[in-house]
Amino acid sequence: MIEVRNLTKRYGKARGIEDLTFTVGKGEILGFLGPNGAGKTTTMRIITGYLAATSGTVEVDGFSVFEDAMETRRKIGYLPENPPLYREMTVSSYLRFVSELKGIPKSKRKDAIGSAVEAAGIETVYNRVISNLSRGYRQRVGLAQALLGDPDVLILDEPTVGLDPRQIIEIRKLIRSLRGKHTIILSSHILPEVSMICNRVIIINNGRLVASDTPIGLSRRIKGSERIAVRVRGPRGEVVNTVRELPGVSSVSVETPDSAAGEREVLLIVETEDSQDVREALFFAMASRSWPIVEMKAVDMSLEDVFLKLTTEESLEDETEVPPGE
Amino acid sequence: MSKTWSIFKREVASYFISPMAYVMGAVFLMLSGYFFSVILLATHSASMQGVLGNMAVIFIFIAPVLTMRLLAEERKLGTDELIMTAPVSITSIVAGKYLAAVFTYLVYLAVTLIYPAILIKYGSPDMGPIYSGYLGMFLFGAGCLAVGTFSSSLTDNQMVAGIIGFGLLLFFWILGWADAIVTGPVGDTLANLSLLKRFDDFQKGIIDLSGVLYYVSFIFIFLFLAVRVIDSRRWSG
Repeated sequence: MIEVRNLTKRYGKARGIEDLTFTVGKGEILGFLGPNGAGKTTTMRIITGYLAATSGTVEVDGFSVFEDAMETRRKIGYLPENPPLYREMTVSSYLRFVSELKGIPKSKRKDAIGSAVEAAGIETVYNRVISNLSRGYRQRVGLAQALLGDPDVLILDEPTVGLDPRQIIEIRKLIRSLRGKHTIILSSHILPEVSMICNRVIIINNGRLVASDTPIGLSRRIKGSERIAVRVRGPRGEVVNTVRELPGVSSVSVETPDSAAGEREVLLIVETEDSQDVREALFFAMASRSWPIVEMKAVDMSLEDVFLKLTTEESLEDETEVPPGE
Repeated sequence: MSKTWSIFKREVASYFISPMAYVMGAVFLMLSGYFFSVILLATHSASMQGVLGNMAVIFIFIAPVLTMRLLAEERKLGTDELIMTAPVSITSIVAGKYLAAVFTYLVYLAVTLIYPAILIKYGSPDMGPIYSGYLGMFLFGAGCLAVGTFSSSLTDNQMVAGIIGFGLLLFFWILGWADAIVTGPVGDTLANLSLLKRFDDFQKGIIDLSGVLYYVSFIFIFLFLAVRVIDSRRWSG
C-alpha cells in the first residue's frame, strides 16, 4: 500500500532522514518508533505531501506522492502532531469544511461526517466551538478529520501525546478498532503503545532505519538476547560457579533474593551465546548437586531494552564519526 | 474551483466572527467619513475626487492589517498541515484567501457609497468620475490586498507580515514621487509603477486600459509570488 524507497531529506546541511526504505502492506498497522527528532514527523510529512523530499520515492497505492500528489492526498487521512483545528469554528462547521476540501461529493457529505463523528466518538460535542473543547476531544476531532471520507491510509503523528491516561486508553482502543479497514502508520516514542497496537514496528534514529520487525520478533532478534531467569535453592557461590561453567553460558548475574526464602535461594539471570538453549544442561547440573530449581523462565527483552540497545548503538557509531577536532 | 469557494467561505466567516473585520471597517469608515465631511464643507462641490484619494491613502494602512493573518496564522496554528495535505492546489488556497480579503474590502466600499448617495440627493454631481473613481478605488485596494497576502506568505508571525506589507505598500506609494526626483525616462518608469499614481487618472474620470492592466498584473504578480513562496517552503521545511 505504501512504498518508501531510499527517501532522503536534508535541511540545509542538517540531516532530516537518510536513505529510508520500507513498505506497509494493506490493512497493516505500522508503528514508527524513535526518540524525539529522529525523523518520524519528517517522514510522515513527506508521505502526506506536506514536505518535498531531497531524493527517493514514495508511492501510495501505486501513485507517486510527488507526481500524482492530488491522487495520493485523496487516499490519505492525516493527523499531525498538533491537531490542525480552527479554534473559532464549531466541530460541525469544521468537519464540513474539511469534507469540502477533501472533495467529498455533496450527496455523501452528511453520511461521511456522520460516520467519522461516530468513529471518533464526538457526538456530544458536535455543535460546540473547538476552542472550548478539552485536549482529548480536540485530538478526537483531529482524528475525525483524518477519518473523513474513509481514506485507505491513515497517518497519525503521535496520536496520544499530551492526553491523560484515560484518554490515551480510549484513543488506542479507537485506533485498534480501525485495524483491517485502513492501512495505518502511527508514530510514537512510547514503546508499550506501539507493541500494543501495531503489527509491525520500524525504529528510526537520527533519520536512519535501525530495525524493522514485529514487536515480538524485534525483541527476539537482538543477538545474545536469549536470557533465562533461574531461581535455585542452594549455596550462592557454588551455584553461580557451576552455572558459569556450563557450555554455552556467556554470563551470569545474581539478582538479590527478594522473598523470605531469600537466605537459601539464588536468583540468576543467565545469558547465553548465540541463542543456545542451556535449560536442559542447567537442569541436570543442578539436579546432580541436589539443588532444586524452583523457578525457570525465559526473559524476553522488552521493547524498551531493544529500543535503547538499538538507538544507543547507533549514537555510539555517530560519535565515532565526529572528527577529533570538534 | 469549488475548493477555492470552500476556502473563501471559511475565511470570510473567520473575518466576520472575529472583531477584525469590524474594527478595521470602523476605522476605515470613520476616517473616510471625516474626509468626506471636511472636504465637502470646505469646497461645497459635489465631487468625490479628493475623498477617494484620501480613502486610498487610508487603505494603505488598513490593507496590511486586514491581510496579515491570512497565511501566517495557518502556519502558526499548524492548520496549514491540513490544507496543504488535502487534495487542494496552493493556487486555490491563495486565491480563496485573497478573495475573502477582497470581499471584506468590497463590503467597506459598499458602505462608502453613502457619500455619493448624499451628493446625488443634495446636489448634481458629475457621475463619470464617481464611477471611474470607484473602479479605480476597487482596483487599487485589490492591489494593496495582493501585496498584503504576499507578505503574509513570508512568515508565521502576523506582526512581521503586517509590517512587511506596510513597508511594501509605502514603497509603491512613494514610487509615485520618483519623477520629481529623477528626471527623464527612469523617473517616469518608476513613477508609473506606483500604486497611487495610476489611481489619479481614475479619480479624474479617465478609465485608461493600461491602468486597469497595471492593477490586474500587479495583483497577479503578487499572488503568484505568494504561491511560489508557499510551494518553496515544502523544500526548506
